[in-house]
Amino acid sequence: MLGLSSPTVSWKSLTLAWGEGVEFEFLNQRWRFRLTPYRWVMAAVVIVAALVMLYRLCVGLGPTTNLNDQWPWGWWIAFDVLSGVALAAGGYTTALIVYVLNRRHFKPVARAALITSMLGYIIVVVGLFMEIGRWYNFWRPFLIYPGGWHSILFEVFWCVSCYTVVQVLEFGHIFFEKVRYPWLARLFNRVLPALFIIGVALPTMHQSGLGALYIAMIDRLNPLWWSLLLPVFFWLSSFFVGPAMCVVEGALSGKAYGRSLETPVLGNLVRVSMVAMIVYLALKVVDLSYRGHLADLFSGTTASYLCLLELVGGVLVPLVLYALPRVRTSSRGLLTASGLVVGGVLLNRFNVVFTGMAQALDGWYFPAWTELVVTAGLVCLAVLIYCFIVENFAIFAGHSRRAAEAGRAAATPVSRPASAALIEQPRAAS
Amino acid sequence: MAKGVLVDVSKCIGCRSCFAACKQWNQLPPDEEKTKPTWDRPPDMTGNTWTAVKPFITERDGQVQWRFVKEQCRHCLEPACESVCFVHAFVKTEQGPVIYYGYRCVGCRYCMLACPFAVPKYEWERIFPEVKKCRFCFDPDGSFDRLGKGEEPACVSACPTGALKFGEREELLAEARNRIAGSPGRYVDRIYGEREYGGTSWLYISDVPFEQIGFRTDASEKSIPHWTGRITRWTLPIGVGWAAALTALYLYSRSRQTQESEEQEEAWGGE
Repeated sequence: MLGLSSPTVSWKSLTLAWGEGVEFEFLNQRWRFRLTPYRWVMAAVVIVAALVMLYRLCVGLGPTTNLNDQWPWGWWIAFDVLSGVALAAGGYTTALIVYVLNRRHFKPVARAALITSMLGYIIVVVGLFMEIGRWYNFWRPFLIYPGGWHSILFEVFWCVSCYTVVQVLEFGHIFFEKVRYPWLARLFNRVLPALFIIGVALPTMHQSGLGALYIAMIDRLNPLWWSLLLPVFFWLSSFFVGPAMCVVEGALSGKAYGRSLETPVLGNLVRVSMVAMIVYLALKVVDLSYRGHLADLFSGTTASYLCLLELVGGVLVPLVLYALPRVRTSSRGLLTASGLVVGGVLLNRFNVVFTGMAQALDGWYFPAWTELVVTAGLVCLAVLIYCFIVENFAIFAGHSRRAAEAGRAAATPVSRPASAALIEQPRAAS
Repeated sequence: MAKGVLVDVSKCIGCRSCFAACKQWNQLPPDEEKTKPTWDRPPDMTGNTWTAVKPFITERDGQVQWRFVKEQCRHCLEPACESVCFVHAFVKTEQGPVIYYGYRCVGCRYCMLACPFAVPKYEWERIFPEVKKCRFCFDPDGSFDRLGKGEEPACVSACPTGALKFGEREELLAEARNRIAGSPGRYVDRIYGEREYGGTSWLYISDVPFEQIGFRTDASEKSIPHWTGRITRWTLPIGVGWAAALTALYLYSRSRQTQESEEQEEAWGGE
């Protein structure tokens, strides 16, 4: 096994990162991955999905999906790509706040956010590969054909590709804590600030770019959603769904690993969301009334109900909930509000792809089982890799109870006080 | 210079000679129809059908009248498909036609969604499908070429009633204006394709209102590239400006730290 030579983790960086007394004993141990019954099921789903993907790549889109000439973009675009990219925004949101703006009290949640974001993008990239009809040509857009760069898809393609690579490189500084190649670790740590800056700039571009894709659908996308501000709306919503997704993912992983949610840290983080949500709502109202479609919100059509649901249930209500300190400081309240935000952004992306286009595209589309299985497999794959990463690398400030049960020898000093100190210290200083 | 076709809806009798000629010239296989196509259920454009004739029952002066509208690629002056294609598989030629280079195509199908006339279709049954649409019988260096040899498109040559007229776009526009002015009360005073989405090479005139025969009369006069261009031109300035701003923010926030934190900073790899 790699890097088993050094007996203890004595890296200054780890002590400084997590505070005195926090040790990640498992960084000295072999790779571990225990297959629980749940994980067997997920692994099985991954295997089935892999077979379906192979089948799809071999026989083409027609026989394996319900996509058709009326609905050339379906489930994979709506969920795997548009929603996936938005929900993986936690990485760049926290990277901006923690590493660029140096708000260090958010650090305890930063690594988990970066990891889930990276996994999210890997899913998106694989999903996109399934989605394209002539997959052996996937590299063509890198050639930069004259005339090709006018496409918003060109921008999205480049930014998503580059950002995925940047995120994998960002993972380097965590990876080399376990796999000891000091000179490589130094190299990765040195380029980290640059990576973080690129890693905030790129997603800003392609998050908005995904919205801008639909600018071309003028006269066809329902005016409740079509606007020249679409890129701004997509970017703002990705920005505020990032912290909400950190809460949801934190709660899920907390359940799995018997940890409690970092409520004080996350409660502060969602205050950043609130600003973006207020701007989003205000812009949305101004934009709708400027274009004369504010009344359409109440026209009683399916589209109007879904748009209202998205704005009220997915933005306004959680905004009010976040604004209440009592809600923000309780894990349950935080989780409820964040769940609404995540649901609202999901609904928004589905509305843009399906509801808003339904009238113009006509015809019929509902995802085939193959499309759903591929998505399920990709999500399961991400969960399994996530579990592997948090059990083998220093991701959480706290050493998890169940991780310890899983064979991590004696319990290391509990890190709660240390992480609490990290939270309090800079605030006292500022 | 650029060619076009003028479609006079009032002259079309729905014989579908154009449809047959298109299939024949381009050697397109028939579509697998689940039921026999009828005028109630006319075939749509597909990867194997590049032109379709759509029937409409309209009313004029209290009389029920059938009208038939030939659909195919409009060969826009500023095509949406070309502007949204990130590998430039669609190319607007000087001669007028918008043609497609399949070898470049990635198969993202953005063109299908972006086309305001919903023209590009996909070969769903193939393993590596191509996007298919009318190429105006323009196939430079290929065996399907007519336009390049100075001939008119197959559909136009097959039309028995003169509903289709091939020529220079500018001359066709003048001709259309003459026809409208020449028979007062006969035509709707509009040439569809003159300005819609920046103008198209295929022009339509009709004796029944366009909205009754499946045309969108509220179409934007600005082309799709005009709309997307309003966004894409910000890409580079925003990207570079934002990266510069982030760098400045990072340097500023780092410089504000105490000496002790500075050490942490370096040890923690600049985080």
